[in-house]
Amino acid sequence: MATLRDIKRKIEAVRKTSQITKAMNMVAASKLRGAQQNMEKFHPYAQKFREFIGRLAAGVEDTSVYSLLTPKETVKNVELLLVTADRGLCGSFNTNLLVGAERFIKAKKAEGVEVSLINAGRKARDYFRRRPVKVRENHMGLLNKVAYEDARRIGSSLIELFETGEADEVYILYSHFINIAKQQPSIVRLLPIAPTEQKEGEKAFEYLFEPSHEALLTDLLPNYIYVQVLESLYQTSVGEHAARMAAMENATSNCKELVRTLTLTYNKARQAGITKELMDIVGGAEALRK
Amino acid sequence: MAEKILLEIVTPERKVLSEEVDIVVAPGELGEFGVLPGHIPFLCKLKIGELRFRSGATSQHVAIMGGYAEVLKNTVTILATAAEAATEIDVIRAKAARERAEKRLSDSRDKLEFTRAQAALHRAIARLKVAERQ
Repeated sequence: MATLRDIKRKIEAVRKTSQITKAMNMVAASKLRGAQQNMEKFHPYAQKFREFIGRLAAGVEDTSVYSLLTPKETVKNVELLLVTADRGLCGSFNTNLLVGAERFIKAKKAEGVEVSLINAGRKARDYFRRRPVKVRENHMGLLNKVAYEDARRIGSSLIELFETGEADEVYILYSHFINIAKQQPSIVRLLPIAPTEQKEGEKAFEYLFEPSHEALLTDLLPNYIYVQVLESLYQTSVGEHAARMAAMENATSNCKELVRTLTLTYNKARQAGITKELMDIVGGAEALRK
Repeated sequence: MAEKILLEIVTPERKVLSEEVDIVVAPGELGEFGVLPGHIPFLCKLKIGELRFRSGATSQHVAIMGGYAEVLKNTVTILATAAEAATEIDVIRAKAARERAEKRLSDSRDKLEFTRAQAALHRAIARLKVAERQ
């Protein structure tokens, strides 16, 4: 049986751990607030941009003019942009994303398609470092401060891969933020750009274009990719903080539970010790009396 | 003039402005254009420059770092890469940026560097122009 001192030490240790997890929980909560605000600030832009491109694309009859809209005849190589967090201690958040990536690669391999990766996030890099998957680029530290510049850099390298024919399709895997308690890894095809469905009655407007319809669309399409990448970065960053907050909350309550049961055993052991001592004393006194 | 135009300026970082105005003048790729209420639907690429709008007797200026404009039924939506209102502009920084860009422009050897310096110069000039108006 553990001695009293051992149990006491253990209780102390668990209590210290719970202090740390509680602090991490609060840090994650405040970061979550910031990240969520940033995401919401970006939202109007993304929304308007989609409407914008939807209207432009609606007028296009022949997609073959725009290389970014045209599907390749045969798909042999696929590029996957994998967005994960840089840091752990956020429950199954990263694991879910990595498992999703593995599954995607496997499924594509079964079709005879090679997948290569661009990793955005340290966890993705670490995971695929020693695995037989071709990794083209590694980006890190993007989620600390999500920036348009980063999204543009990654987006333009994706477009280049697609245009040079090194990749026939480009996908992105990121964590879709549903609410604070739920994040869903999701895969979206970035390139070729899928034509957006047009709602009925929206085509009623005849637009004037400047410089020209074609020039505008050619100019806009790459920007659309940047917006998509940026949005998934925002969502993943919010998801990371939400997941960490939940994980730390769990850890803290587990610590509390542990402290409770340990305290119980400690008190039991203490009482047992006192009882034993008392019996010794009583026994000794009895012996002396006779 | 009862009719007004709703002007909205959004950038990836924030929503800069949403206001009812009388007239908007924006820097289009092929030249400046003005929008009054009842304009026909119009999509346009914007270059780096100054966007003006007037509401009643007060007119305001915003520096636009390139983007797109959409005119639709008395609304003007500006999707800008970045946008700064006159009051937000740091004149000293913009001046320094202009000098830097001018220097780079005269020093630059290859084409890419030249275009970059040129863009930086345009941005600085647009900022200063807007700041002066205040």
